[in-house]
Amino acid sequence: MSAQAVLFDAPGPRARARHRILTVLGALLVLAVAFVVVRKMNDAGQLDSALWTPFLTDPAVWSEYLLLGLWATVKAAVFSIALAGAFGLLFGTGRLSHNAAVRWACGVIVEFFRAVPVLIMMLFLGFGVYPTIDAIPDSQVPLVAVVTALTLYNGSVVAELVRAGVRNLPKGQGEAGLSIGLTRGQTLRLVQLPQALRHMLPALIGQFVVALKDSALGYAILYQELLTWGKTLGSAYSNTVPAYLVVALMFILLNVGLTHLAMAVDRRMSRRLGDQGAAGPLATGPEPELEVLHAAPPPGRTQP
Amino acid sequence: MIDILTEYNVLGAFVETLKYTVLAAIGSLVIGTLVAVMRVSPIGVLRGLGTFYVTTIRNTPLTLLMVLSILGLAFIVGLQLSEDFNANTFRWAVVMLSVYHAAFVAEALRSGVNTVPTGQAEAARSIGLTFGQSLREVILPQAFRGAIAPLGSTLIALTKNTTVAQVIGGSEAAGLLSTIVENEGSSYGAFLIIALGFVILTLPTGIAFTHLSERLAVRR
Repeated sequence: MSAQAVLFDAPGPRARARHRILTVLGALLVLAVAFVVVRKMNDAGQLDSALWTPFLTDPAVWSEYLLLGLWATVKAAVFSIALAGAFGLLFGTGRLSHNAAVRWACGVIVEFFRAVPVLIMMLFLGFGVYPTIDAIPDSQVPLVAVVTALTLYNGSVVAELVRAGVRNLPKGQGEAGLSIGLTRGQTLRLVQLPQALRHMLPALIGQFVVALKDSALGYAILYQELLTWGKTLGSAYSNTVPAYLVVALMFILLNVGLTHLAMAVDRRMSRRLGDQGAAGPLATGPEPELEVLHAAPPPGRTQP
Repeated sequence: MIDILTEYNVLGAFVETLKYTVLAAIGSLVIGTLVAVMRVSPIGVLRGLGTFYVTTIRNTPLTLLMVLSILGLAFIVGLQLSEDFNANTFRWAVVMLSVYHAAFVAEALRSGVNTVPTGQAEAARSIGLTFGQSLREVILPQAFRGAIAPLGSTLIALTKNTTVAQVIGGSEAAGLLSTIVENEGSSYGAFLIIALGFVILTLPTGIAFTHLSERLAVRR
């Protein structure tokens, strides 16, 4: 139900007066919070224009710090989402297999990597395992660790999306495939997966937002991503707080942009495909938010 | 694998993880409920504030919030939450975990409000309840029951995200793992123990909340 319209009546004169008072109080609350923030920042000298002007006047701030970080962040996220797609396809279809052993093994792997925090995997791979492997040059260890950890986690989430996407297709799709003489594998590959994947696209973009955010965990294993570069910038220009705030703004703008893209793709999908065959909750949109539960997951929802 | 258990205080680290989880769960539930109420309120300014909170916090990496809290707010702006160094770290980590997950709690509750049929709100209005009363007596009790599944997902995510406190020196499971890896190199035993610890923490939560969400779902 649309909350605004139904939770309260069209206000009468008295309610309107009350709402005006509450609006003023609300505005005062906002102003009070803003005032406290500004005063604290000012007391600490964090609003001095010298700390902020480099972002506008000094191109080096961008070209030698923040854009390098942004590139590293995007690079890690793109690699891991591409690999997570492959991982998810493999294990998601594995969980749909008719061979109980395969189904069970894929289930254990997917549930395991969904339960283990990404940072635990990153620390272990980045500081423990990869430095001892000669094939990975020392300079690339943090990147490879970040990408592996993000791939394993996001891949497991994608695997659940694939499984739910195929499961939520109308039963007739699979039956039709079998009845025209396709094998089980062919039915999955030629009939079910193409439909499920198309509906998954918005959720996949939502998962990209999660990967972008989580790549900031690379900070802990010295991967030179946006947050790390923000810290370096803060030391170089002695403007730590402004640097972090600008980095936060960059993350927010990037993620809001991606979320809008996901919503646009979702709208386009539902327009083009209509509702028939819409893979259940997949069609409800990307709103990147919550991780799926262990039961049948509502896909299209990503985790904090 | 056994020597890891005897040499390091694994249990202590997970107790710390649990402390973070419980305190931040309470904190995020309180803040999240407030934000959710703001987002469905008839006051435009509050609605805007709620939306702003959710959009900003949800799209910022938790790692950034953590680092900003200690390096920025505590050391530079001077907002110490305790004289003691470790207590200060602990409290800031709890605050940031609460602030971050509150955005997801608010979204979960809003989706819970959306499960309440229109007729319920209309009935509440038609018997003369004000917005506050209908929210308190009719809408929110049903919304919480409808939001149990996403709230459970948020709790699981919160349990896992307590590890991010490691980047500011929290002494929970991830902090312990980084110490072990520093001392012992690539110890698969240590990784498995810590990873299994999280499986043990999150798997029952998932099952319990799935069960609860079915049991407590409002029959319609």
